Amino acid sequence: MVEDLAQALLEIIVNSISAGAHNIMIQFIVSELNNDIILQVEDDGKGMDAETIERVTNPFYTSRKTRKVGLGLAFFKGLSEMLNGSFRIDSEVGKGTTVRMTMEKNNIDLPKQGNLGEMMMIALHSGPDCEFTFTYQYNEARFDFDTKQVKEILETNRISDPDVLMWVKDFINQEVERTQTEVL
Amino acid sequence: MKSLEDLKRMRASVQKKMEMRDTDKDYRVVVGMATCGIAAGARPVLNRLVELTGAGEYSCTVTQTGCIGMCKYEPIVEVYDKEGKKTTYIFVNPAKAETILERHIGKGEVVTEYTVDSISDERLGN
Ligand SMILES: Nc1ncnc2c1ncn2[C@@H]1O[C@H](COP(=O)(O)OP(=O)(O)OP(=O)(O)O)[C@@H](O)[C@H]1O
Ligand SMILES: [Mg+2]
Repeated sequence: MVEDLAQALLEIIVNSISAGAHNIMIQFIVSELNNDIILQVEDDGKGMDAETIERVTNPFYTSRKTRKVGLGLAFFKGLSEMLNGSFRIDSEVGKGTTVRMTMEKNNIDLPKQGNLGEMMMIALHSGPDCEFTFTYQYNEARFDFDTKQVKEILETNRISDPDVLMWVKDFINQEVERTQTEVL
Repeated sequence: MKSLEDLKRMRASVQKKMEMRDTDKDYRVVVGMATCGIAAGARPVLNRLVELTGAGEYSCTVTQTGCIGMCKYEPIVEVYDKEGKKTTYIFVNPAKAETILERHIGKGEVVTEYTVDSISDERLGN
């Protein structure tokens, strides 16, 4: 079972890093009007052909023999569908991949949001040479984070420093919370 | 309140730390962060390790790796010394991670009771 949405998103992000992506765009969009939550990760990694996409979203196929729980892309597809949402992978070999999960918001089985600041901290730590953008949207309110901006201010192109990573975690959590409570 | 202004204040110290080469560090601490590790609770473990190494009092780098191949023992933390000798700690939680830093990285003593060699036999009943 997935503990929270941040865990699901982190796994998709880790796949992008493993696929050799340099730029990774992460979106977490909550809409009360549409009663849905959209998680999306777009990367410029090595991509997948149609056959691979078919294979990795099939719950009866796994490249891994050691996995005891059915996590991974096939699991997230099942999770979205269970939550009356959709799961979609758009990918082109050599160009990149977009993974998009939607879920019904008011659903008793919806996992909790989880710690998005920690998720981004771990993502940055995992891919110190990647550029990340993170967008959190709650209804009309929106927060955007961009590692390019952090690197510009720090005048360095690697932000693997622990103090910076901890700052990123706290800053993102603070801004996510602010976005959730912002009344426009 | 955190703001981008904080980063300006951190700039000098961060740049100074970046000049130090990772190869000068005594240890490499590696956390398994594949599906299996994350599902078993590797996120708070990595978080604690990064948090505690910020002050620079521990001579180590902290990095992530994929599946270590022993999913049932996750969260797993591996410590490599300068000679490349590996110690594998299993079922690690944030408190154990802290102890590993204090004793292994800080004092150079292996925390035997958390290693794969001492735990796996009991747990598996072998
Ligand atoms: N963003 C991506 N770009 C390119 N290939 C991808 C991407 N995401 C997934 N894949 C492919 O799909 C496969 C399945 O991914 P999935 O996360 O389900 O398992 P895994 O990454 O192989 O294993 P684990 O997550 O347990 O380490 C990957 O091995 C990879 O080949
Ligand atoms: Mg994966």
